[in-house]
Amino acid sequence: MSTHAIETQNLGRIYKLRGSKKETRKELVALQDVNLTVERGELFGLLGPNGAGKTTLIKILTTLLSPTSGWARVAGADIHREPDLVRPRINMVSGGESSGYGLLTVRENLWMFSQFYGVPSKEANEHIEALLAMVGMKDRMHTKSSDLSTGLRQKMNIVRGFLTDPQVLFLDEPTLGLDVGASRDVRKFIIEWLKADKERTLLLTTHYMVEADELCDRVAIINKGRVLACDTPSALKQRLQKDVRFEIETSPLNGLTPLILQEQAEVRNVALTEIEGGARLDIGLVEESALARVINLFTQKNIKIMKINKREPTLEDVFVDLVGRSMAEEESNERSE
Amino acid sequence: MNAVNSKYSRKDTGWRLFLKTIIARAYPRVIGQQRELSWVLFEVVMPMLAVCSYVFVYRALKAPEEYIGFVVMGGAMTAFWMNVLWSMSSQLYWEKETGNLALYIMAPNSMMAILLGMALGGMVATAMRAVAVTVFGTLMFAVKFEVTSYLQLFAVFMLAMIALYGLGMMMASAFLLFGREAWHMANLAQEPIFLASGFYFPIKSLPFWVAAGASIIPLTLGMDAMRQLVFPSGFRLGFLDVRTEIMILAVLAVVFVAVSKFLLAYVEKLAVREGRITESRR
Repeated sequence: MSTHAIETQNLGRIYKLRGSKKETRKELVALQDVNLTVERGELFGLLGPNGAGKTTLIKILTTLLSPTSGWARVAGADIHREPDLVRPRINMVSGGESSGYGLLTVRENLWMFSQFYGVPSKEANEHIEALLAMVGMKDRMHTKSSDLSTGLRQKMNIVRGFLTDPQVLFLDEPTLGLDVGASRDVRKFIIEWLKADKERTLLLTTHYMVEADELCDRVAIINKGRVLACDTPSALKQRLQKDVRFEIETSPLNGLTPLILQEQAEVRNVALTEIEGGARLDIGLVEESALARVINLFTQKNIKIMKINKREPTLEDVFVDLVGRSMAEEESNERSE
Repeated sequence: MNAVNSKYSRKDTGWRLFLKTIIARAYPRVIGQQRELSWVLFEVVMPMLAVCSYVFVYRALKAPEEYIGFVVMGGAMTAFWMNVLWSMSSQLYWEKETGNLALYIMAPNSMMAILLGMALGGMVATAMRAVAVTVFGTLMFAVKFEVTSYLQLFAVFMLAMIALYGLGMMMASAFLLFGREAWHMANLAQEPIFLASGFYFPIKSLPFWVAAGASIIPLTLGMDAMRQLVFPSGFRLGFLDVRTEIMILAVLAVVFVAVSKFLLAYVEKLAVREGRITESRR
């Protein structure tokens, strides 16, 4: 039996967009030539901005969408030809989903979904109680789900995903909309759930770098439907160890652009975020001495430096290095296109 | 049971999973919907107002007393038609909007079991409303029933329900495919069907071909046959012979359920191929 929980080969998906009758149908390439293998027992992260193709990939892997090219196997079965073998072995939770029925209590909603997987009622109810206790929601078991806050509702959804004891669980932005404490609880639970059985596999999509860094055994960075890099978080960051990174907060940039910085101050890469009263620059330099050239350029342009910090590379820096822009810039660029 | 170390003794498959899915999906309708007590106002009091107005008109016109019973029965059966038209037909569309549809398709259960569960739940929940209207109407207007054949009455009611909810299951897939356009069609059909199906009068009063055309809605023949079976002079006012109506209802039940199965399979295939049917707008 293959040790791969997930395997994809040249996986692609093109959407045909609907225009007016006179227009020719446009095509949107959502996913292109994705080759990935996820081992059993692995916590694998898909990291990328909104619109990168993460959700499309998850939909394909969960048999909700057919690929337009390539193939994929999940839990040992082909997602396109054998969806009936894949479905009993998987589950999925999406961030911000509003599944279930508001008139039912938390327990009733979870029981209902467990029945769609053929779980014996008594065992389902026992497991629901244990899972709700684990996420700190046991006291809300008999609350109507319409009376839950967004965070509690998301916790209920997360419990729904784990309840059927899937071999492969897909979590699509699971901590979206959760507060810091709830996100921490969810991350803790994910780790414990995986540790308890080496056959379990979890694929997580997120655009929170810290989450990916903290949780994942390996991470694939995805942008515009393509996988740009795939490795352990530390190996990905290792690629940038030769860089020295600085975070600099300045007054308004007076026409200074990332391109000018790269050309005139030998900056390897730069991510720019506008902040109140100025800008925040995340700069990667080949060597520390190059900082003098950056400061010199600021002085020439009459830009004041408010704060300067040296720091270790993060997955965000890896993304900037691969794409040339920060994830936030990439998202706003995607929206404007 | 440990939260992270759970292993179930078994997971049902095949017909056991099919049955479990039907019961689980019927649950929100049978139990959940009763928690909103507003149903008493909207689904019992409101239809009773329509029943009252027809009863007063018939009494003012000195119509035969059986007509009062016809109206009460029509008022009760209205609940089923409204449930099928608005709750059953639009349900898959709402399931898509809330994200449930994707979870249903992704689960190992059959989508047909989901639809059957919705239908069964709707039928049971609406039966409570229909019984309430019948009891109130009977007590208020002293309606007399005289059942000639309980067996035939049971057969007619069950066949009418299966055919009606089969139609609802068919419409559920159509609503999902055509979205808002189907919604407008349903809106457009509501009142004409009230008229053509004879909810408040015997359809024999309509021209033959109009009544025959309206018979595609299972409640038309269902109500006509039940009126013939429970009111003393019902046979005199019946559209077709009860046995013929039972046969037509049986054919409608088979056709509607079969077509709904075919349509649902088509919609599911389309959903996976195009990816837009499971897209919610959250």
